[in-house]
Amino acid sequence: MTAAPLLTAEDLHKSYGPTAALDGASLAVSAGEIVAIMGPSGSGKSTLLHCLAGIVRPDSGRVRYEGREVQAMSDAERSALRRTRFGFVFQFGQLVPELTCLENVALPLRMERVRRREAESRAAEWLERLEVADVADKRPGEASGGQGQRVAVARALVTGPRVIFADEPTGALDSLNGERVMRLLTAAARDTRAAVVLVTHEPRVAGYSDREVVVRDGRTRDLERTL
Amino acid sequence: MSARHEPGDGRGASHGGSAVLHDVLLGARFAFTGGRDGWTRTVLTALGVGIGVALLLLAAAVPGALQARDVRNDARTDYGIGEIPASDRTVLVGTADTVFRDSQVRGRVLRAEGPRAPVPPGVPAIPGPGEAVVSPALQEVLASPDGPLFAPRLGGARVVGMIAPAGLTGPGELAYYLGSDTLTADRATRLDAFGSFPTEREGLGPLLTLLVVIIFVVLLLPTGVFLAAAVRFGGERRDRRLAALRLIGADLRMTRRIAAGEATAGAVLGLAAGAAFFLAGRQIVPLVTLWDISVYAGDVRPNLPLVTAIAVAVPLVAVVVSLIALRGVSVEPLGVARRAATARRRLWWRLILPGAGLVLLVPMIGGFDGSAVAGQYQAAAGAVLLLVGAVALLPWLIDLVVRPLRGGPVAWQLAVRRLQFDSATSARLVNGIAVAVAGTIGLQMLFAGVQSRSVTSTGENTARAQAVVRTQVSAGASAGIEETVARLRATPGVTGAAGTLTDTVNGKPPADGAPPPVADLRIGDCSALAEFAHLGECSDGEVFLVHAGPGDPSGEAAFRPGSRVTSVDGGPAWTVPSGARTVPARQDAPISSSESILVTPGVIDTGRRSGLVAMTFVSLAPHDPDAVERLRNTAARIDPLGSVGVLSATEVARRFDGIRRGLYVGIVVTLLLIAASMLVGVLEQLRERRRLLAMLVAVGVRRGSLTWSVLWQTVVPVLVGLALAVCFGLGLGIVLLRMVSVEVSVSWPAVGWSAGLGAAVVLLVTGLSLPTLWRLTRPEGLRTE
Amino acid sequence: MSIGQTLLGLLEEGPSHGYDLKRAYDDRFGHSRPLHYGQVYATLSRLLKDGLVELDAVEPGEGPERKRYAVTSAGVTDVERWLSTPEKPEPYLQNTLYTKVVLAVLTGRSAADLLDVQRAEHLRLMRELTRRKTAGDLAEQLICDHALFHLEADLRWLELTAARLDELAKTVRA
Repeated sequence: MTAAPLLTAEDLHKSYGPTAALDGASLAVSAGEIVAIMGPSGSGKSTLLHCLAGIVRPDSGRVRYEGREVQAMSDAERSALRRTRFGFVFQFGQLVPELTCLENVALPLRMERVRRREAESRAAEWLERLEVADVADKRPGEASGGQGQRVAVARALVTGPRVIFADEPTGALDSLNGERVMRLLTAAARDTRAAVVLVTHEPRVAGYSDREVVVRDGRTRDLERTL
Repeated sequence: MSARHEPGDGRGASHGGSAVLHDVLLGARFAFTGGRDGWTRTVLTALGVGIGVALLLLAAAVPGALQARDVRNDARTDYGIGEIPASDRTVLVGTADTVFRDSQVRGRVLRAEGPRAPVPPGVPAIPGPGEAVVSPALQEVLASPDGPLFAPRLGGARVVGMIAPAGLTGPGELAYYLGSDTLTADRATRLDAFGSFPTEREGLGPLLTLLVVIIFVVLLLPTGVFLAAAVRFGGERRDRRLAALRLIGADLRMTRRIAAGEATAGAVLGLAAGAAFFLAGRQIVPLVTLWDISVYAGDVRPNLPLVTAIAVAVPLVAVVVSLIALRGVSVEPLGVARRAATARRRLWWRLILPGAGLVLLVPMIGGFDGSAVAGQYQAAAGAVLLLVGAVALLPWLIDLVVRPLRGGPVAWQLAVRRLQFDSATSARLVNGIAVAVAGTIGLQMLFAGVQSRSVTSTGENTARAQAVVRTQVSAGASAGIEETVARLRATPGVTGAAGTLTDTVNGKPPADGAPPPVADLRIGDCSALAEFAHLGECSDGEVFLVHAGPGDPSGEAAFRPGSRVTSVDGGPAWTVPSGARTVPARQDAPISSSESILVTPGVIDTGRRSGLVAMTFVSLAPHDPDAVERLRNTAARIDPLGSVGVLSATEVARRFDGIRRGLYVGIVVTLLLIAASMLVGVLEQLRERRRLLAMLVAVGVRRGSLTWSVLWQTVVPVLVGLALAVCFGLGLGIVLLRMVSVEVSVSWPAVGWSAGLGAAVVLLVTGLSLPTLWRLTRPEGLRTE
Repeated sequence: MSIGQTLLGLLEEGPSHGYDLKRAYDDRFGHSRPLHYGQVYATLSRLLKDGLVELDAVEPGEGPERKRYAVTSAGVTDVERWLSTPEKPEPYLQNTLYTKVVLAVLTGRSAADLLDVQRAEHLRLMRELTRRKTAGDLAEQLICDHALFHLEADLRWLELTAARLDELAKTVRA
């Protein structure tokens, strides 16, 4: 790796009650890199992603984005980071059911106070790019699962984020739709030089990554680096 | 390395005013977007808030409406004080008030004494002899099939016009002005202007003032609770939506502003709906006449400060309530976590509110002064705090009751576990009921106390006569009384009549300057006089003395054979003949015995006495409601200014009667309102859990069990709430009664009635929610959306 | 699969006769196909020639069963290299992979590392196939997908085995 990593986690520990979700996890993500986080259920991979994104505060250890310690930021700063630098694609449920797909994609821009017309035209471009322009005026509930996930990808990408956090983005989809989402997500990420942190338990999905990190019992095994 | 701006410099830490506005507007948009579900929620909120707002506006308009009535009533008063010489600018007014089918009729006989005579408001010109001007409501009566039952009271006069609203207190008022050319000054008031002397209004007194204050509290507080519940319709969905916004970068402040914007939008829509309801409802108001009070739509006008206060307070309450609701949950990017879910509810702060209420109320025990405004506010504030205290205690109490529950049939288990999991939602549904029932019970008790005071014995005995007719007998017509009695007796429905001429006389004034003793002088034949006393042998020429009772020795001293008496209206003095016998009063006389001098006609030359009134006691056919109307007609023919009184053993203060009926109507309306909000809440809960319900059915839980579980889920909190409400209601009632120094007595039927009404509301709501439950639990419900 | 490295690994437990080696091998790995004596002796003599084993002792009498073999340090290195080199991901690998895992457990090496290295290798190939697939036409896509699904199955097996290493160690060492 030539440049300093964009996002790093050092020796993260996080417990939920008596169970340790993370027990010494470390990770570095460089700009534009697609990293797959794999591991068995309950190994702590989602917790790791949440810590990296500043959604969950680790009990100890550090998360840095562009050298700034994320835990030290205020809620407002972390929210701004999510708004401007990060994008999110989860398994389901991250779209606002009341808004149309187009409005959903435009929402992050609107929160950045982009004018509605402008925000929606940019949103429409992304919908087109993710091949879901036809559901623009439908509500998420009226779109199919695959379409919904692609809308979510469009929304994650619309602000031009540096990191996209994808937690089992194909978890609720069949192979064909899953492949389509992954193909479009990774292609768009590469085009925009966005890094992707991809949590998945499906090897075929991980096949879209550049690199894999295995989490086992809350600890990371960064394979290519240990080799 | 990146040329991009730092996170947070776009807006981040320092939010400008426009950012606030932006977030609020974004939130507002959520209130108006969101497909069918979203719209349903918004419409329900608007409806709920709207009903509440309309009630508030109505309450705010009541004083103004009553004042408008009073102003118009003052403008037409016809009291004359002092002597006004007759001139071409005076009018004679005779009072001919009557009653038609339990409604008061304001009747006046007018005789202009010159071309410039004053004209009462709302009347184009003083009607000539044989002419009448009537109110629209009376015109309707005349035109109805009942018309012939009233028309004779106008003496055959032709209706030449209508009284305009300016001359009426309300659209439903029955009133007429009858022209006359025979009215004389001795039976009328001479006026040179109407409305010179406003009516003296009877103050309410501390008891009734307290009653009115508490009624407002009891009716408006559930409205407030309802408002608070209405702005939280769709709360769980809202929380999830906010979580989704948090994920894509809304910080906590933005989240709060978006929630506030959403609440404001709903509340503003509710305000608009409320204004619309109010304006629509106002048009119905003139159609309603309660306790002889009817109000013009235009009079129902809340004053501007109150309207402003409502317009500001309702959205403010909405915002505050939704922000408080947000405090209970932590909206994080990954979803919503209920903070209070595991924390054991604390008791101490929940006791602060009712404690503060008692602190305000208790010092006023025995010393409540209804005329002091500060006292009224203190009483209102105390009652509000006490009742709100019930709301604060309820979730804690439900927790306490539900926590140890275990086991039982599936339905019971599902219900109990659900309540243990989230008792706050159920508590919220029951809050309104609890407050309404507690308030009603407190009010009922106060009310019972008032009743024991306001119902006074009239001393009238209805066993032998049901009505008394007072007519003037023209001076010199000694046969007048016989003719009067005969005509009254001939009226269909009248079964008997006995009349005397009556005068009121003074005895010799006592030496110490105290007022002179008073006695009734009754002149009639033996049979008529026998109505009042056990005369024994009686023949014309005899005089009898009846004493009020052993308690009044001064009466016995003043009226004895040889006493000189003078009519209170003047007229010749008269000496009680020495042969006058003292006889005992009849216990079943139609009016209670006062000092009376009963005189047979041969003794007094009635022709020389003026101001004699024929007083005829009439018995009526028991099952003929029209008999009294026909009696009134006959009386009006005999003397247009005569009066007919219906005897009753007791008299309930009319004002009090009105308050009671108002209370009943208000409580029922309030409970229906609460039922509406409960129904919305229950339906929402069901919809939230539709997948779970469908799954339970799919794995073989019988629908009957689910129905019971929904029922238990409502019944348990309601029982707890009602128990709490009964305690608080009794407490409030006891304190209030002590405040006005009335003996404390609990009317258990009233308690049962209030609690039963509350329980009925719950059954109603559960019943109405069952079709939805059944629809949701069809196996199709399993389908994902 | 390599019988030579397997025998070397078994010898790491201690010197053994040819006959005992065959028994040990059959017990652990020869579930369906036991080794022939000839195979064992041929392999051992090749290993002896390559200096990977040495004769530990020769007992009096005739026949190969009198010879006791021990692994040399060159032999240990050879096992080491074999275990740490991932197999080229291809179908029907499980026999070799299973042998390697058991051997690693037997010899106290990290089976988890072995599995991780192997899964990394699998994933590397999957990435390559994925890249080819995204760039290729439909035929290419279908072919790649076929391979990907098989690799995925192997990978899942690797994961499952990794999750059950402790259990395996208990049975193997018992």
